[in-house]
Amino acid sequence: MLVPEAVLDRAHEDVHKTQPWNNPDAVPFIRFENVTKKFGDFYAVDDVSLDIYRHELFALLGGSGCGKTTLLRMLAGFEEPTSGKIYIDGVDMAGVPPYERPTNMMFQSYALFPHMNVEQNVAFGLLQDGVSRSETKQLVADMLALVQMSKFAKRKPHQLSGGQRQRVALARSLVKRPKVLLLDEPLGALDKKLREQTQFELVNIQEKVGTTFVMVTHDQEEAMTMASRIAVMNEGVINQTGTPFELYEYPNSRYTANFLGQVNLVEGVLIDDDEKYAVIKSDEGGCEIYIDHAVQGHRGMTFWAALRPERLRLTKEPPENIKYNCVSGKVEEIGYLGGISTYHVRLASGKRIKVTEPNSTRQIEPRYTWEDPVWVSWEAGAASVLNK
Amino acid sequence: MTSDTPEKSLSLKQRFDRWMIKHGRVLVIGIPYVWLFLFFLVPFLIVLKISFAMAEYAQPPYSSLFDWIEEGVTVTLNFGNYLFLLSDNLYATAYLNSIRIAAISTVITLLIGYPMAYGIARARGSVRSILLMLVILPFWTSFLIRVYAWIGILDREGLINAFLLWTGIITEPLIMRQTEGAVFVGIVYTYLPFMILPLYSTLEKMDVSLIEAALDLGCKPWKAFLKVTLPLSMPGVLAGSLLVFIPSVGEFVIPELLGGPNTLMIGRTLWNEFFANRDWPIASAVAIAMLVFLVVPIMWFQHIQTKQEERQS
Repeated sequence: MLVPEAVLDRAHEDVHKTQPWNNPDAVPFIRFENVTKKFGDFYAVDDVSLDIYRHELFALLGGSGCGKTTLLRMLAGFEEPTSGKIYIDGVDMAGVPPYERPTNMMFQSYALFPHMNVEQNVAFGLLQDGVSRSETKQLVADMLALVQMSKFAKRKPHQLSGGQRQRVALARSLVKRPKVLLLDEPLGALDKKLREQTQFELVNIQEKVGTTFVMVTHDQEEAMTMASRIAVMNEGVINQTGTPFELYEYPNSRYTANFLGQVNLVEGVLIDDDEKYAVIKSDEGGCEIYIDHAVQGHRGMTFWAALRPERLRLTKEPPENIKYNCVSGKVEEIGYLGGISTYHVRLASGKRIKVTEPNSTRQIEPRYTWEDPVWVSWEAGAASVLNK
Repeated sequence: MTSDTPEKSLSLKQRFDRWMIKHGRVLVIGIPYVWLFLFFLVPFLIVLKISFAMAEYAQPPYSSLFDWIEEGVTVTLNFGNYLFLLSDNLYATAYLNSIRIAAISTVITLLIGYPMAYGIARARGSVRSILLMLVILPFWTSFLIRVYAWIGILDREGLINAFLLWTGIITEPLIMRQTEGAVFVGIVYTYLPFMILPLYSTLEKMDVSLIEAALDLGCKPWKAFLKVTLPLSMPGVLAGSLLVFIPSVGEFVIPELLGGPNTLMIGRTLWNEFFANRDWPIASAVAIAMLVFLVVPIMWFQHIQTKQEERQS
C-alpha cells in the first residue's frame, strides 16, 4: 500500500498548515500536566508537561529507559502517575481503567492472541463492547481490507510473517476507532526495508482514519519520517518538543543535536559578539567560528557549535578566507556508501570531524584517500550554537 | 600421505574420541532405553505373562504358560482371569470408584492449584523462588510420613478434633478419618505440587502484554482471564491434571491409611489379591486392566502435546 508522495503531502497539509501548537487558542487533545511517575526511588517520568493536538502523529523519541514507554503506558492506563494529571479530550484520566479509556494500543510485541485467528483477534475488542455480530463482521472485513490482510483472515498469528502480524495488530487496535491510538515501537520488529515501506503506510492510514497517533520510538529516522511533532526525551524529562524541521535545524541542546541525525560538536569560548554576529574561539576545533546571528550569553562563556556533517565542505586547497570557519586535518577514515561518502578528518587538536559529501557525479577514482591533508570549511550560517 | 595408514598412527585416546563422535549419540540415547527395557518393559511382560496363568499352590504360585513336551512347546493361555474380572462386579466397582475419586481429586487440586500457580507466576523474582521452594519442600519428607501426619490431624483424637473440642464448637469428636473425604484430603495434599508446577511453567511463560491487550480492548480483568489467560494455560491444566489423575487412580497408601473399609479403590483390590489371597494371576490381570485404562488418557495427552509443539515450531 505504498502511497504516492503527492497524496501524503496533501494529506499532511492539515496539521502542518494549521500548526495548532503555535496557536495559543488551540485546545490540546491530550494534556500532560506536571506528570511524574516513580518506581521505588527511580523517576521514570519527572514532571513532564506536554500538549498533543487532534490529528497529530506525535512521536516520543529517546533511548531506552528515557521514560517514553512509561508516558505511553500512563496514557493507556496501565500505569497511574505518581503525581500530575492526564487529560484526554478534556477528561481527567485519573483512576480510569484501561478498558474504559478512549485509547487503544499497538504493542511492541504485537500481543496478538495466539489461540485466535486474524479475524477473531480483530473482532475481539468490538465483541467486548457488545457490537452485534453482523456489524462486527463488516467492521472487521473493512479494517482487514484497509491493512491488506483480507486474504489471511483465517490464519493464526503463528502462521504470519512479522510484517503481517504488525498489520493485524494495527487493525485490531484501530477497529474500535479509539480517540487516540498508542503505538509502542510500531516498526521495531521489522527489518529495514519493510520498516521504510511501512512508515509511509502507517502515515497514510493515519490520514485516512483521522485518529490521533502517539508513538514511542528510539529510531530518529522513523520519528522524522512519520511524526508531525517529536518530543525528545532523556532521563524522564522532555528535552525539546518540535517539528522534525525545528529539532534538526534548531536543537536546544547537545543531547537533541546528537540524537537527531549526526553532528560534530565543537567546544569553544565566545570572544566577540554583536547584534548581528558572534565569534567563538575553539581550541578543540583549532579555529575561530563565525556565526551570522547573535547568541544569548556573555563573552568568555563556553558554547558548543553544532556542525552537521553534510554542511561541511572538504577541499584539498585552503579556501579563500581562512580566518574563520575553516580548519585543516588529515583524512583518517573513509566510508563509501555509494550515494554519499563519509570522511573522518583528524584535526591537529586530535578532534575528529565527520564530513559527508554527496557523490553527485561519477568519479574515475575516489576523490580523497587515507592520510590526505584536507581543509574542512563551512558557511557562517551552518553552525547552530548550543549552551548546554 | 605417509606409507602408514592413518589408523595406525592414532593414539588410543584419539581412536576412542573418533569412535565416540561416531557412536556417542547412540550410546547416550541408548542408556535410558536399556534402563526402560530392563526395569519397565521386562517386568511388564512378566506381569502380562502371569495374568494369563492359573493360580496354583506352588512356588511360584501360578502355572507355567510354556510346557516342554518332547519335540515342541505348548503355550497355554488362560483368559479366565480377565473373564473373572468381568464376572465379579467387585472389580468394576473398584475401577469406577477409583476413577471417580481420582477425577474429583483432580478437579479439587486444579481449583486450589491454579490460583497458587498464578500467584507464584506473577510474584516478584525473589518472592517467586521462595514460593516455588515451598511447593517443592514437602518432597523432602517421606510420602508415607506425611500421610501418617494426616492421620494425626484427622483422627478421632487428632489435632482438629482436639482444637474444636477445646474451643467448645463441638462436644463430640467428628469422624473425619476413615472416610472418603479423608482420601480426598490425602490425594489433594499429596499431588498438589504436581498440579502447581506444570501450571506455573505455562503461566510464567505467558506474555503479560496479552492480558494488557485484552484490558486495552475493553475486557474487565476477570473477562481477560477467561478469554485469554485460561485458554492459553490449557496445556498446563492438562499436564497437571494427568499428573494428578493417573497416579491417583492406582493410589494404594492413601485410601489404605486414611480411607475407611468402604473406600474401594483398585490399588487396594490389587494389594488384597496379591498379599491376602495370594492369587497372583488375578492380581496381574487387575494390574494389566488398570494399565490399559490409563494408557488411553496418556496417549491422548501425548497426542495433544505433539500437536502443540508442531504449532509452536
